[in-house]
Amino acid sequence: MKFKYLSDVVTLKLDQGKCNGCGMCLTVCPQGVFSMNNKVSAIADRDACLECGACAKNCPQKALSVRAGVGCAYAVLMDKFNLKGSCCDDTCECSLDDIKDAGNT
Amino acid sequence: MKTKQKELPMAKDYATVKCCPKHNYEDFASPGTKAHWVTGQVETASGPIDCVSTNLILKDFMDTIKMRFGMGRMNYAIPPGLYGIGKPDSYSPVLVSANYKLSFDSLRRYLSGFNLWILVLDTKGINVWCAAGKGTFGTTEINRMVKETNLSGLVSHRNLILPQLAAPGVAAQEVRSQTGFNVVYGPVRASDITYFLEAGYKVKKEMRRTSFTLLDRLVLTPVEAMRTIKPLLGLAVLLFLLNLAAFIFNDDPFILSLLLGETVSSFAPFLIAVLVGTVLVPVMLPYIPGRPLAWKGWVLGVILTFGYTTFIAPDLNLWETAAHYLMLPAITAFLGMNFTGSTTYTSLSGVVKEMGIALPLIIVSASLGVITLCIAYFI
Repeated sequence: MKFKYLSDVVTLKLDQGKCNGCGMCLTVCPQGVFSMNNKVSAIADRDACLECGACAKNCPQKALSVRAGVGCAYAVLMDKFNLKGSCCDDTCECSLDDIKDAGNT
Repeated sequence: MKTKQKELPMAKDYATVKCCPKHNYEDFASPGTKAHWVTGQVETASGPIDCVSTNLILKDFMDTIKMRFGMGRMNYAIPPGLYGIGKPDSYSPVLVSANYKLSFDSLRRYLSGFNLWILVLDTKGINVWCAAGKGTFGTTEINRMVKETNLSGLVSHRNLILPQLAAPGVAAQEVRSQTGFNVVYGPVRASDITYFLEAGYKVKKEMRRTSFTLLDRLVLTPVEAMRTIKPLLGLAVLLFLLNLAAFIFNDDPFILSLLLGETVSSFAPFLIAVLVGTVLVPVMLPYIPGRPLAWKGWVLGVILTFGYTTFIAPDLNLWETAAHYLMLPAITAFLGMNFTGSTTYTSLSGVVKEMGIALPLIIVSASLGVITLCIAYFI
């Protein structure tokens, strides 16, 4: 079952002119956003992007950019109201032990 | 044609690192004693290194259950450093992991029969993906630990195997230029590490994808539910006072059992709403139509309110019914929205957009609900 979140919201950008076709973005993306066409990476499933920032961080050509962050309402809320909440107490994504913590090495 | 890319605030505006309490490692390796998962030592040029069991014992499972309920999670860290599995030598592969005990457990349990090294980073007791997002599982920390453990003197090869979900924090090209080690991204899930190692550092396509199965969602629900206990207790007190005030206001004969009964029956729908929001919404996630999680929560909240006011409490008056329709779906919508942080697929931009619309509606609905409920009590 593939989950779909909102359409047309993500900040992911790819400058294909800079791409050298190394395929690193295809390796690190956990959502299958990219595909390789004629040795150049392309954004195949843009709405699947969760803005984790792995692709941009690992692109040796700096061809990718994205406003990386955590898609967590609690974190956004704490930030908006400048509360002393944190993302690493018992809340937020850090509670996702199996998927985000442990299950994934 | 996407031209309207607004000027967006920097990522660090959100989800900034404001956290991390002090850890004590005492539960795992107090001075003089070894943690229960240390089985022995292997001698190296850099001194003896602890070897780690690949079998989890009852204590590991019991501790895991405690973590699932959010108990003591912030102290569930192991000491960073280099560990051995089996009988590692200078040719053995090096796996890099986080120092969250749960992460470490789920990795080592799949390494039976291998000889290798595990380089445990200091991620402040946080899991791989979250630590990568915060940057604590990052290029700088890898450099630091590679140097501190004298890894280049210990192994003859120059490969570091990282979990794929470390990638948001690690720039592979920088690790290579700074340490001389190549970063090889392994599978997303620890359970696929065996395949990866046996296949010569190859993975199948699906091993590069996160999943979010029913079981994955189910194990998250205890922590979600535990988080609501305090607000629920506060609500119970408020409802008691409200009922007490109504007793006095209406000049009813004061009978404690009657008052408590009223409190319990007025509290029950809220308790159900919280369970719907924290358990049923995650479980039913893919089957509720619509994409925003606040919406999914709201939909279940409306169904719950309909069920409650129609079948369980059909004797409610119009004001009370209206109050329930305004309050209960607002609660489930809020809890649904909160679940974004636990999913594997929601983006920051999406969450910001969703909240911009949902949060004001939730606040208005809940506020009107409270006013309506007060009216219902005092007319």
